[in-house]
Amino acid sequence: MNWIIAFPELVLTLCGLVILTVGVVQKKSTNPFAACSMLTIAAFAITGFLVTVSPDGSGYEHVFVNDGFARFMKVLSLIGGALATIMTLSYRGTSGGGRFELPVLILFSTIGTMLMASSDNMMTLFVGLELSSLAIYILCAFDRDSVVSSESGLKYFILGSLASGLLLYGISLTYGYGGTMEYGAIRTVLIQSGGASLGLMLGIVFLIAGLAFKLSAVPFHMWTPDVYQGAPTPVTAYLAGAPKIATFALILRIMAGPFGALAPQWQLLIEMISVLSMVFGSLAAIPQTNIKRLMAYSSIGHMGYALMGLAAATPGGIRGTLVYLTTYLFMNVGVFAGIAAMRRKGHETTDIADLSGLGRTSPGLALMMAIFMFSMLGMPPTAGFFGKLMVFSAAYGAGLYGLLAIGAITSAIGAYYYLRIVKVMYFDASAPAFDTRSPSLAFLSVSMGIVTALFVLVLGPVTSAAQAAASALIG
Amino acid sequence: MTALVFYVFATILVLSATMVISARNPVHSVLFLILGFFNAAGLFLLAGAEFLAMLLIIVYVGAVAVLFLFVVMMLDIRVSEAREGLQRYAPFGAAVGAVLFAELILAFGHWRIAPAIDAVPHLGQAAGETNTAALGDLIYTHYVLLFQACGLVLLVAMIGAIVLTLRERPTGRRQDIERQHARTVADTLELRRLPLGRSVRELGGFARPTSYSEAAAKGSYDPHAPVLSDESRGE
Repeated sequence: MNWIIAFPELVLTLCGLVILTVGVVQKKSTNPFAACSMLTIAAFAITGFLVTVSPDGSGYEHVFVNDGFARFMKVLSLIGGALATIMTLSYRGTSGGGRFELPVLILFSTIGTMLMASSDNMMTLFVGLELSSLAIYILCAFDRDSVVSSESGLKYFILGSLASGLLLYGISLTYGYGGTMEYGAIRTVLIQSGGASLGLMLGIVFLIAGLAFKLSAVPFHMWTPDVYQGAPTPVTAYLAGAPKIATFALILRIMAGPFGALAPQWQLLIEMISVLSMVFGSLAAIPQTNIKRLMAYSSIGHMGYALMGLAAATPGGIRGTLVYLTTYLFMNVGVFAGIAAMRRKGHETTDIADLSGLGRTSPGLALMMAIFMFSMLGMPPTAGFFGKLMVFSAAYGAGLYGLLAIGAITSAIGAYYYLRIVKVMYFDASAPAFDTRSPSLAFLSVSMGIVTALFVLVLGPVTSAAQAAASALIG
Repeated sequence: MTALVFYVFATILVLSATMVISARNPVHSVLFLILGFFNAAGLFLLAGAEFLAMLLIIVYVGAVAVLFLFVVMMLDIRVSEAREGLQRYAPFGAAVGAVLFAELILAFGHWRIAPAIDAVPHLGQAAGETNTAALGDLIYTHYVLLFQACGLVLLVAMIGAIVLTLRERPTGRRQDIERQHARTVADTLELRRLPLGRSVRELGGFARPTSYSEAAAKGSYDPHAPVLSDESRGE
């Protein structure tokens, strides 16, 4: 029974080990990078199928749980991992040529995110988070001949270790005062004890701080711009996708599960983080000239909107957050596929000014970027609109009118810098054209563009899946 | 009696831990670290965790600390340079530490485990089971998934160390046994008949056969490099 519940993770792990071996034993003359990337994508696809058919249940002495919510989050992070791997196919570092460890590390990081989505115990939470983060620290520094990449890896590693320390401190306080690390048991203990002691509240605060760091929510966001800018573009695309979704899985699960009874206490904290992230994300993005930094601030803002659903602390709010994360995953990968295509004479250019006149030099790419920008700002009928609509309506339902007003204002401010990119692309004097896009990037930006523009067609199934996931979590 | 032993171990532990961070010589720091490990092991013994005590000595003293000692001796660490920022950062660090410490005191002042804790089942030590067996049971039976996941974390760390530091230099001289076996005398040596008492200087100095550059490891031999004559060799 235990093995069946974690079967997708076990299969993905075995695939990872096999791919690693394939990469290592290859002859020096043939670069195994492309083969390993293809195998990794295949492994993600197989695992995704296994996840959808995996049974419900809890195993390994309440360390690992599989339910509708876990499946939803796992499928999202597998999609994030697979899309990022497709993006790496065209990746060339400073020293030229991809190395096969790149897809392998993405795969191991995704195993970590799957463990996070299935955690039923604080120990699983920590081990999964560390597995996922450690692989990302390495991925950020992957382009080792580039100074900015090494800087971003080191910065993320040091600050990430600090955040892990905070998280562990929170876990130890929770364990010390709650007496157990199992989510279900904590819930029972809290309900029967009639509330939490001061120490336990302190533990929850530290837990939220540690997780908010991984989400890059204000005030734990300071690493985000430098890491986003310095890391290789496919890594940034991954970093903004699967790990954030898995961290959301953790924060939703522990807040709705073990600490669900304490909602009035932590709701204010989440609300504050959400407001600060939305305000800071929209204001700090305005003066940016580098598009990767701009996307970093934009992701800070988006995390704020997604947290709005959690602040509502209702099943509808959680459903809203899940739909928001789904739309964010797709439009985010699309934008980064566009950024990865910004190359002149083989060199990456990431200034917003480099995009000028893209509407004339490369109308296809410009159209896709415009779709993503409209979606990011939440223009109907693109994907971003539905995500925002759902979290806003959940906040309205929960009576969080202040939060709602701030969200609306920051959306309007955000529209300025998203539309500025559209203006630069279509109305500014043309800059020299970019290199021809590689097929993988063209595929990604076009397919993500279609998903983003026509999200309304899959809105029904996604919403009902999110509804099922939310009721598995709370019900 | 037990209390006395506890205080002896605990005092030496705290003192040696202080010395680890304040000793000027890094080698002394590591030696104090080892002393600290021994005392911590003593505390574990007092608490009845004999397996952890032995583990601490075997793993930390036996392997980790000795490795540290090697590294510290091999590396040329300048302590004065490492301490340069101390003046500047000390007040800030102390402030943060004091806040955290105060919070800990506050938290422990109200320490009260949740009253309903007995309402949930706990994995515990069966009667008559040694704590080595109990730990083994937990790690390898109940929490085997987490144990394997920790293994994956270590694997990722290993891949990372290789990815970030290994550089394949084309000039590296590796042993290629196949090629060594396939080598013939004609590839590397040229025999010339010389009259008695004459040197090879008239023949253009000491020379390798032209095919040697193909037989040699790539980059290790440049056929166009100036040939050493036995005149320059003699000087």
